[in-house]
Amino acid sequence: MQLRVDQVDKSFGTGRNRKLVLDQISFSVNTGEFVALVGSSGSGKSTIMRLVAGLDRPTAGVISIDGSPVRGPGSDRGMVFQKYSLYPWLTAAQNVAFGMELQRLNRREIRERTSYFLEVVGLADAARRLPRELSGGMQQRVAIARALAAQPRVLLLDEPFGALDLQIRESMQEFMHDLWQRTGLTALLITHDLEEALLLAGEVHILAPNPGRIVRTVAVDLDRSDLRHLRVSREFLDLREELARCLRGLDPQLSPTP
Amino acid sequence: MARLRQLVQHPWVLGLTGVLLVLLIWTLATSLKLVDPLFLPSPSSVLAAGRSQAVQGLLWADLVASVGRVLAGFALSAVVALPLGIAMGTSTVINRLLEPLMGLIRYMPAPAFIPLLIIYFGLGELPKILLIFIGTLFFNTLMIMDAVKFVPRELVETALTLGGRTSQVLLRVITPCIAPQVIDAYRINMAAAWNLVIVAELVAATEGLGRRISLAQRFLRTDEIFLGLIVIGLIGLVIDLGFRLVMRRACAWAN
Ligand SMILES: Nc1ncnc2c1ncn2[C@@H]1O[C@H](COP(=O)(O)OP(=O)(O)O)[C@@H](O)[C@H]1O
Ligand SMILES: [Mg+2]
Repeated sequence: MQLRVDQVDKSFGTGRNRKLVLDQISFSVNTGEFVALVGSSGSGKSTIMRLVAGLDRPTAGVISIDGSPVRGPGSDRGMVFQKYSLYPWLTAAQNVAFGMELQRLNRREIRERTSYFLEVVGLADAARRLPRELSGGMQQRVAIARALAAQPRVLLLDEPFGALDLQIRESMQEFMHDLWQRTGLTALLITHDLEEALLLAGEVHILAPNPGRIVRTVAVDLDRSDLRHLRVSREFLDLREELARCLRGLDPQLSPTP
Repeated sequence: MARLRQLVQHPWVLGLTGVLLVLLIWTLATSLKLVDPLFLPSPSSVLAAGRSQAVQGLLWADLVASVGRVLAGFALSAVVALPLGIAMGTSTVINRLLEPLMGLIRYMPAPAFIPLLIIYFGLGELPKILLIFIGTLFFNTLMIMDAVKFVPRELVETALTLGGRTSQVLLRVITPCIAPQVIDAYRINMAAAWNLVIVAELVAATEGLGRRISLAQRFLRTDEIFLGLIVIGLIGLVIDLGFRLVMRRACAWAN
């Protein structure tokens, strides 16, 4: 599988209110890869994600999966949002089963896959609980299980841990890395958190704002056998600092006045 | 002392106290003859009027007639408002087409339609049921439309990225999501339905609680007027509690 985003522009509004939000965005994600886009808030990250998901159309350029252009949302691209990620009237298990029910899989398969994916995200015990009875981290894990259970070819993660406390966020990052290794999923992650991107992704694209464009692409080749150790390793901190400087330089409010 | 405070804090206790207080003042005012009994009948005479109407079978017949009209008219309104409200909340075209129209009709007082309805449909049940239908349809619809507009976009889009089709989004995301607000809208607008049935019966009817009140006025039977008012209030209260119960049962997730 290959997801390709090819020279995509996106503008909102018409006439004098027209605003270019994305400018010539190109990148690709292949099976088994974990790719991240990092940019400050307002740099157009969610807009890219919505285009890839097919929830909105590019103004110019093409987004395709294995050569066939994306025309609308579909179950081959599963999405996890930052907020309102679960259906509050469904239990955790019903949430996980939801996509499979929409796809009309047979009952037995739905039941088996639901318990399997709840197990995968470590929430077998929470199957019958409502979302409001789950912590923020547990809710996002259910949302990830639901997306995976629908068998997408690529998982789209739009700041999935952005609303969580720092400590929970760190454990969710470890969870996500572990999940990626165990299941061999393919993921596109969008985040404003550089550390998160470097920990998880093999390839990181840095997005500059106004209009959103990719200014730098880094292949991250680090030893990820122990993320806790990696977070504080020299190599990791140096790379993070270098890219952080690059990101700061893109934001006119943060760069020192000459 | 602590137990007393606990008792007072129970949500029903203060409410009940308020009701009992009014009953007490009413009893005192009538037994001390502070007001002419023609204007303010005593609780016991109201009770007696109720007993006599119940024995004659009038009370029951009036109740069935009024409640039947309310339920028929309101059920019709609820059934039409749900798809209409969802359509207006989800489709820009339908919304632009209907919202100005509804906004206009909404401000026409429903009782003003009574003469027209009588001319069209005579004095039978149909005009009364239609009056309730007209008088509640627009409020029901607009409140449901608003509920739909507040469904978080992410919930709809998640379903789409899980392979859901439009019909599935409507039935399995939007409908359950707005259920609490719909039930609440129905509960609130039910009060309007009660107002309208009484108005309709005051104008033209052979039976019904409103009819009974207007007859009582002709014979200066204030005890019967009080009886009618209290019965109407009690039925309204029961219906309101019924909606709250349904809400608690069906939408536990929203509490
Ligand atoms: N539907 C829309 N209409 C108009 N402007 C939009 C719309 N969606 C996003 N934008 C604008 O695009 C820019 C990027 O938004 P977004 O993609 O949400 O950024 P990010 O996710 O990186 O914070 C913002 O300036 C926002 O105002
Ligand atoms: Mg965003």
